[in-house]
Amino acid sequence: MSYASSFYFTLPEIILSVSGLILLMVAAFAGKPSARLVTILAVTALFGAGIFTAHLLCDPAFELGGDAFSGVYRMDAFGGFAKILIYVATIACLIVTPRFFDKSGEYRPEYPVLMIFGAVGMGMMVSAVDLMTLYIGLELSSLSSYVLASFARSDDRSAEAGLKYFVLGALASGILLYGMSLVYGFTGATDYLSIRAAMSDGLSGGLLFGVVFVLAGLAFKIAAVPFHMWTPDVYEGAPTPVTAFFATAPKVAAVAILMRMSLDAFGTQVDAWRQIVIFAALASIVVGALGAIGQENLKRLLAYSSINNVGFILIGLAAGTQEGASGMLVYLAFYVAMTIGSFGAVLMLRDAQGNQVEKIADIAGLSRSHGALALCLAVMMFSLAGIPPLMGFWGKFVVFRAAVNADLIVLAALGIAASVIGAFYYLKIVKVMYFDEPAEVVEGKSDTASWVVLALATIFVSPLGFLLTSWLGGWADRAAAALFFAA
Amino acid sequence: MGGFPILSAMLGVPLVAAIACLFLSDNGARWTALVATLVNLALGILLWLNYDIGGAQWQFVESEDLFAGFKYALGIDGIALMLIVLSVFLMPICILASWESITKRVGEYMAAFLFMELLMIGVFAAQDLFLFYIFFEAGLIPMYLIIGIWGGDNRIYASYKFFLYTLLGSVLMLIAMLWMVHQSGTTDIPTLMQYDFPAGAQTWLWLAFFASFAVKMPMWPVHTWLPDAHVQAPTAGSVILAGVLLKMGGYGFIRFSLPMFPEASAQFLWLILGLSMAAVVITSLIALVQHDMKKLIAYSSVAHMAIVTAGLFAFNQQGLEGAMVMMLSHGLVSGALFLCVGVIYDRLHTREIDRYGGLSINMPQYAIFFLLFTMASIGLPGTSGFVAEFLSLMGVYEVSSVATFVLTTGIILGAAYMLYLYRRVAFGEQKNADAAAMPDLNLREWIMLGPIAAAVLWMGVYPESFLAPMRKDIAALDARLARAEPAGDAKLEAKPPREHNANYIEPSGDHGEGHESEGEH
Repeated sequence: MSYASSFYFTLPEIILSVSGLILLMVAAFAGKPSARLVTILAVTALFGAGIFTAHLLCDPAFELGGDAFSGVYRMDAFGGFAKILIYVATIACLIVTPRFFDKSGEYRPEYPVLMIFGAVGMGMMVSAVDLMTLYIGLELSSLSSYVLASFARSDDRSAEAGLKYFVLGALASGILLYGMSLVYGFTGATDYLSIRAAMSDGLSGGLLFGVVFVLAGLAFKIAAVPFHMWTPDVYEGAPTPVTAFFATAPKVAAVAILMRMSLDAFGTQVDAWRQIVIFAALASIVVGALGAIGQENLKRLLAYSSINNVGFILIGLAAGTQEGASGMLVYLAFYVAMTIGSFGAVLMLRDAQGNQVEKIADIAGLSRSHGALALCLAVMMFSLAGIPPLMGFWGKFVVFRAAVNADLIVLAALGIAASVIGAFYYLKIVKVMYFDEPAEVVEGKSDTASWVVLALATIFVSPLGFLLTSWLGGWADRAAAALFFAA
Repeated sequence: MGGFPILSAMLGVPLVAAIACLFLSDNGARWTALVATLVNLALGILLWLNYDIGGAQWQFVESEDLFAGFKYALGIDGIALMLIVLSVFLMPICILASWESITKRVGEYMAAFLFMELLMIGVFAAQDLFLFYIFFEAGLIPMYLIIGIWGGDNRIYASYKFFLYTLLGSVLMLIAMLWMVHQSGTTDIPTLMQYDFPAGAQTWLWLAFFASFAVKMPMWPVHTWLPDAHVQAPTAGSVILAGVLLKMGGYGFIRFSLPMFPEASAQFLWLILGLSMAAVVITSLIALVQHDMKKLIAYSSVAHMAIVTAGLFAFNQQGLEGAMVMMLSHGLVSGALFLCVGVIYDRLHTREIDRYGGLSINMPQYAIFFLLFTMASIGLPGTSGFVAEFLSLMGVYEVSSVATFVLTTGIILGAAYMLYLYRRVAFGEQKNADAAAMPDLNLREWIMLGPIAAAVLWMGVYPESFLAPMRKDIAALDARLARAEPAGDAKLEAKPPREHNANYIEPSGDHGEGHESEGEH
């Protein structure tokens, strides 16, 4: 493999790294006034990386993908699909951010730079086919995330969130690294292909430990039960646009590496990890749903909702089939849209003084004062609850279809029955907005950019999204097939 | 009609009107909704006139490959036709019923109703399993909003109960559908209706579908959401709920459970008959002691729907036809009864039976309409209720005489609670001055009640108009069910017919000669 093609395949990461470094210099020398410029340039860089990824995805010459740097990095449809989702989510978060910091005046050019480095790390994660590349990517994105979580420096909750995220994230990385060392010790390799080959003739006790630790570390990253405790606190404390970012891009990346790890590296020993995934899936659905019921803070509620959603995504992984992987990717696409939409709507809730409104009680009667905003949020909630004809239903539909086709009928039945519990708290939001008397806390208008993001997300999850299902399903199938390339 | 996609048009008209209503003023929304529903009514009549009775089983078929995993496929048979006509017939009446009583957020209200109409037609016209599911489930959203925003005092509890109950019922059906599609490799409903699933799997599939349809129907003991939802919903919401939404359960049984799982249906015959018997007796007794008019009619709905389920599971032509007529008749009659309640509720703002009395004195026209619908609900000959009850019970009798006996007591109890209600509301003294001062029906209310009264009488006097389009489809279903048909306890032994009339006296040997000789005297 020549260097030329290696660089070509990793060009999205290179574009982002170089622009990140340049923008860092701009930020360092031009200081705070350059924040707006840096944001726009960062969005442009992410957009460029996305376009290039799409080009690699569409180019028939690279239909089967290709390895870069002697097999530590793989460019394929799976990585491309995940990366586009990550870039789109990051761009959306960047667009809605500046307005959030208007009041405190804490927005700084470092923010978009950190986002870019986060995106570089995530891009590396989803394309990594070697434990070392994976770990470096993971740490790069995590370190950016820790700083972002505590970006609102004057806010104690934000600082606390950053610290909590750092301590628990470091613990998770430690667990993951320990698992990786065991896997390396028992298979003698760090690249997925060799691990896969070494695992195909049986699983020793030590290797099983390694697999369990790796999965536990990744479960931390995707916030699956029983490793979900950090999520509500961090989501509540971090600045809202950062929370939106945490709930989307890093989650897509973490789910993607979990998929690649389980289905590619550990793909020959599906039965070894299936039970773990089934447990985590059901537990996440139930705990996410029950935990959300008592919440009074919108961000905490959405944190539990994301735990709940991860449970549904894991049902697709439990199927362990190509169809399941494809379903997970489709689910992720709609999950990103729903999360961006929900947080985007929450970001627009401001009281007369311009402070963010986060209490559920404060949005009472929102449908009468802010009809369009309430409608968008209601669409998001019904969609998250999985009620057709909104697209959240389609996400659940594809993963459950994969589970049923893989003969996991009991799992599917339990999972879908538990989804009714979740419907309760989504309905609660709609009830508060539509049925209750107005609390008249929310005031003021929002900027056009946020509206565009929200409107796009709403259209995507509205029934019009069904028209995209063929197209999206086709890409997800291709991406999933790339994952099973080695099989 | 050639290639005109009339079913898509019937989905499109309310969709466009609903979106328009969101942006219009109150009065604009009212008129838009009325015009749209009338256009749909015209399309529905056109559909009926163009339906070729005795022609192909599936008519007005449309199919488009728009989505991944399922198709946009529409088409109707006689059964779906009649239910669609019922839906489009009731919709303009619902809009009229809300004309004055809904004053806040009119645009959103009308939009919710129009979305409801779209989804109801979609449920009956869908020819793809998942398309059906989407329409079936999506109905929850507008109904949740209708009950929650424009409902009575306890509306929030009722809306949650309605939503979560029906959602829990239907999600398991989705898993069953996924398995069926995995097994058979098709999502096409007509194909699945001919597909033979293994008998062991049928049991589970049947139960999953039952969970959904029994809640929707609703069958005792999962009916408890219905009285709450009815009482809290605005009048038009109750009409749609009783008139059409409950029929989705019955339609589900007739379209899915029976033809797709005939063996399992026979296996669970006693479950259905048992629940139906319990429902008829228990809910009728509950209805007898109600003080709230809407609650009383809601419980009577449960009792009537129990006769539908019993008739459906009679496994014969009469039972199925009776069940279908019962669904149509109940749609009209209970809708009309809710409208009757709405008429006086609009004037006095209470549903308490004791607050009224002697209404036949100051509202004679109203009393006549109310009496007609009361009688139709009881099943008086000449009204649609009679045809429905008679046919279904005749069908059930062939399966089980015990069940028929118990179900018939329900009719007697039905007469008891309905007549008791009528006596307390329309006859007797005028207890309250405000009730005595209520004006009689106005033109709008005449336009609402008149057509339903005509339809009830039409269906009672000449049910053939309604039975004819369905006959062939019901016969096909009956043939499909024949292999699993249970042996009834009251099966009549058909001996060869006697040679002579019943009053014929045997001209036996000498006795006869004696006669003759006597005559010769």
